[in-house]
Amino acid sequence: MFGFIRQRAACRGNHASSLERGIRATALRTFSSSGKEMTVRDALNSALDEEMSADPKVFLMGEEVGEYQGAYKISRGLLKKYGPERVRDTPITEAGFTGIGVGAAYYGLKPVIEFMTFNFSMQAIDHIINSAAKSNYMSAGQISVPIVFRGPNGAAAGVGAQHSQCFAAWYGSCPGLKVLVPYSSEDARGLLKAAIRDPDPVVFLENELLYGESFPVSAEALDSSFCLPIGKAKIEREGNDVTITAFSKMVGYALKAAEILAKEGISAEVINLRSIRPLDTSTINASVRKTNRLVTVEEGVPQHGVGAEICATVVEESFYYLDAPIERIAGADVPMPYAANLERIAVPQVDDIVRAAKRICYRSH
Amino acid sequence: MAQLTQRAATFQRTLSAAAFSVSSTRCLNTASTSPITVETSLPFTGHKIDPPSRSVETTPQELLSFFRDMALMRRMEIAADSLYKAKLIRGFCHLYDGQEAVAVGMEAAITKKDCIITAYRDHCIFLGRGGTLLEAFAELMGRKDGCSKGKGGSMHFYKKEGGFYGGHGIVGAQVPLGCGLAFAQKYSKDENVTFAMYGDGAANQGQLFEALNMAALWDLPAILVCENNHYGMGTAEWRAAKSPAYYKRGDYVPGLKVDGMDALAVKQACKFAKEYALKNGPIILEMDTYRYHGHSMSDPGSTYRTRDEISGIRQERDPIERIRKLILSHDLATEKELKDTEKEVRKEVDEAIAQAKESPLPDPSELFTNVYVKGLGVEAFGADRKELRAVLP
Repeated sequence: MFGFIRQRAACRGNHASSLERGIRATALRTFSSSGKEMTVRDALNSALDEEMSADPKVFLMGEEVGEYQGAYKISRGLLKKYGPERVRDTPITEAGFTGIGVGAAYYGLKPVIEFMTFNFSMQAIDHIINSAAKSNYMSAGQISVPIVFRGPNGAAAGVGAQHSQCFAAWYGSCPGLKVLVPYSSEDARGLLKAAIRDPDPVVFLENELLYGESFPVSAEALDSSFCLPIGKAKIEREGNDVTITAFSKMVGYALKAAEILAKEGISAEVINLRSIRPLDTSTINASVRKTNRLVTVEEGVPQHGVGAEICATVVEESFYYLDAPIERIAGADVPMPYAANLERIAVPQVDDIVRAAKRICYRSH
Repeated sequence: MAQLTQRAATFQRTLSAAAFSVSSTRCLNTASTSPITVETSLPFTGHKIDPPSRSVETTPQELLSFFRDMALMRRMEIAADSLYKAKLIRGFCHLYDGQEAVAVGMEAAITKKDCIITAYRDHCIFLGRGGTLLEAFAELMGRKDGCSKGKGGSMHFYKKEGGFYGGHGIVGAQVPLGCGLAFAQKYSKDENVTFAMYGDGAANQGQLFEALNMAALWDLPAILVCENNHYGMGTAEWRAAKSPAYYKRGDYVPGLKVDGMDALAVKQACKFAKEYALKNGPIILEMDTYRYHGHSMSDPGSTYRTRDEISGIRQERDPIERIRKLILSHDLATEKELKDTEKEVRKEVDEAIAQAKESPLPDPSELFTNVYVKGLGVEAFGADRKELRAVLP
């Protein structure tokens, strides 16, 4: 499907930042349009395929990743191409296989550990934090952990309380981890490739409902050396009146809200965070200094959440630029209910974002 | 001890003591590598496997090095006890004295390309893997010449180039990690094995069984070594485990019960296990051992054990005394020479401590180093973010 050039392309920060400057300069259409569209699922699949092809140390491990082709078909075709040594089906034992993955990373391999959903990562969270995140520090650089933990995060549709939690804030508060939150197919490709190449432990939070969504991809993004910088947000839509920060599925909602707001004469700047840790506070602050108003959007609960952190950093760095208090749109402070109507009001909807933006512009009635 | 002096007195030295200088390179004559066969204290007990013979091949050189290495480890741990009481070591300090035979016996059977991973009672394993006394003491005292630059502490010693992967504080976590090392060795076609060590307390951890299941499914060269010192902190094994026959707990995975106070038995078992694991996948070794100290420096170790029990083990089963008796009975050194070795070792330890005390505390900028391998130029903050901030390298 794509030209899999066998490249051991170094994804250095310098290289990426010139690329990223290119992205920010014209906000959206930096890359030559390829006319191609790609689902997030295919984007992730191609990223895994290319990185496994380029580096024999990369392997995939998790439940159903092999013969089942992936619980969400993200790893379709990889078993056939790379064999059972490199695409490992595991028993349902997260603590065990996550520990095994981290141990393999200690030795120098580059594991990609799939959690069927991040809810199950809690069974293995000790290994993610104590065995992976902290090792490079505790060993003063002797034991590095080049591992990626990936899988769907947050609410799906009707899966209930134990299968709907968003872990962005939890993992985002751990020094030693990098936490990425792709939205589009380009995000998925570029960030997963960057994550696999990164020498540190990366928590890669996908979203089940985005897997089937199609996005246009540039020719550059289709290249096997394509990488996005870790720790840099993307301005998805430029605007002047209010900044809206979002990540993962909420980026789509924020963009829809921006369309509605535009019709009412409010120009919203939508920031796709892409990275929870490190958080791109300079992009956020630069935007708020321009628009003077901020709405943060996230699926997880507001208390101790990503929005709370963004509020704090903006108050610290850009207090005198704010024309209104910051608004947080977040998930309801409840475990996720099952009934469709309750579920709908337990997570942010486009209306909620629009309402908050109007309120902050003193336009609500 | 009385028995020992009596036996020593019956031996006549044919060569004058002056002909030998007492050091670890003492036996340079050709006889030093000539094989001696010794019987282990007890036969091995196997679970779903035929145990190895209790006749162990060794050499005078090996026995003398066992003595010296164990004496060094013993001295290091005793010295750490004093440093802790002098408040030069802070936080946790879990001492290994009594268990030295496991560390030295294992090293004698393997290479530095094999991996060892253990929990927090790691000082002596670190030494066995090539760590120095200075690195150990400096780390314990939180100085920059420590093996983890003072940032790890007692529970986080590492020596990657010696195949030692730590040093872990979370009970049981090191076992899946060790199976991961074995996974990587097999993936890389390295023909080496990993020894994942854990205690009788950790033996009940679920993640151990999860990892063992996968190790067995995938034939990983993983050797799980239960250092059964019979107490998980203050809880005796019979109060924690329905089945304290830890070598049998692998069920479908074979196991061997070993006298962990007999360095030669440990060596034989580890050699056997390595050969087995390279061909067949995981195996469990239960080392029957004992710690003289409590669980850690905050535990006197005598509220859940009788003093008679502790002194009884010291008299009957001490690993260093066993080797001393062996050396003397085979006429490989005199009692005086062995005592001189112990004095030498003590001097070495004292010098290392003096040197470690000279080592400074890490520079405050080290607070922010090694958070990441690739820091991406990200900012990190101290308690007062306006006061203390840094860019992660």
